[in-house]
Amino acid sequence: MALETDVAIIGAGPIGLFAVFELGLLDLKAHLVDILDRPGGQCTELYPEKPIYDIPGLPIVTGQELTDRLLEQVKPFNPTFHFSQMASGLSKLADGRWKLTTDAGTEIIAPVVVIAAGGGSFVPKRPPIAGIEGYEGTSVHYAVRKMDAFRGKNILIAGGGDSALDWTINLAPIASKLTLVHHRDGFRAAQHSVNQMRALAAHGKINFEIASVKALHGNDGQLHAVTLAGADKREWEHACDTFIPFFGLTIKLGPIADFGLNLTENLIGVDTQKFESTTPGIFAIGDINTYAGKLKLILSGFHEAALMSQAAFHICRPNEKLRFQYTTSSSNLQKKLGVA
Amino acid sequence: MKIIATDRKGAVHTVEGRDGWTVMEMLRDAGLPIAAECGGACACATCHVYVTGGWFEKLSPRSDAEVDMLDMALAVEDNSRLSCQITCAEELDGIEVTIAPE
Repeated sequence: MALETDVAIIGAGPIGLFAVFELGLLDLKAHLVDILDRPGGQCTELYPEKPIYDIPGLPIVTGQELTDRLLEQVKPFNPTFHFSQMASGLSKLADGRWKLTTDAGTEIIAPVVVIAAGGGSFVPKRPPIAGIEGYEGTSVHYAVRKMDAFRGKNILIAGGGDSALDWTINLAPIASKLTLVHHRDGFRAAQHSVNQMRALAAHGKINFEIASVKALHGNDGQLHAVTLAGADKREWEHACDTFIPFFGLTIKLGPIADFGLNLTENLIGVDTQKFESTTPGIFAIGDINTYAGKLKLILSGFHEAALMSQAAFHICRPNEKLRFQYTTSSSNLQKKLGVA
Repeated sequence: MKIIATDRKGAVHTVEGRDGWTVMEMLRDAGLPIAAECGGACACATCHVYVTGGWFEKLSPRSDAEVDMLDMALAVEDNSRLSCQITCAEELDGIEVTIAPE
């Protein structure tokens, strides 16, 4: 059954979160959809530990701290999050509202949709190996959703991060054979995982090769072997039926490109009064929008969220008058924030 | 200083490098297709380049953070670097880089 709300927000990064706050002050409720499994967007996915120095009033704050503070700030407004879902479709209903659908089947109906998707969706990095697309979903996988699907397989895992190591350890007992390849004899992973992997290799439960995958061999989407190249450039064939590369995530615009919006180089053009796209009711704030003088700064996105919210109010509450109020002096706002 | 940059189609571009700025910033500002998703924080491996023409050996070695982050890069070679970790300087005038596949 479709969920109904005032505003559907695509992206739970800092700008999507702050939009919840600004909308909340105007009594507008929000649902947020994000492909990641937690809030924060790039702040928590790319640089949780890196300091940010240009947030007004916070001389130094990490990506994780900023996210935590924003979550605290929006808490009174109790937004609904839909994590690990990609916003995949947008259509207009007969009553003028929008229906946002996700790849997990969630449907959100709202008069206003706000795209705060940064650079788009975080998706797994695809190794630049010729023909790899043809094996995806059958022999090449970028995640392990059901472990049982890998039972009895001759698995090749590539990568040197936590995902590569964790899945090497977890799949080893159920695979018929498992080989881990990485371009160096060092890992960007938890030491205990590295130790566990080395123990498995020492006991012959898995193979570890310092190598890279150069080519895939198979037919009709079924992989039979890969060409590996060692550190000395020597190449050899390695038989396997399943290949799982783990090289982290990258940002791709994704289905937003097909929402019928007016895009310029993967950015959504907006006006600077309401930050509305050329499609009425669809707003874009933060890194994903473009306008004359645009600066891709978190602080710009905060400003955009505030102005967008004013415009969203008029769409969601066409018969109500919007009174501008300050949180410092308005007992009404302070009540919403739970402080009065 | 100048940066000689080869893009993914093999076209060679001469990009002006500013002292103290990173090679990533110069490539990005010149409009070359370098994602640099994290903006230069050594946190995403999407500014990956191959340093060629004997210039790799002239660079100061990779930091531990860069070595770790290269584990998340695709098609890593011996001369792989993250261009956000190379700072422009006169002694690097003429440095040759090739943007890695994405």
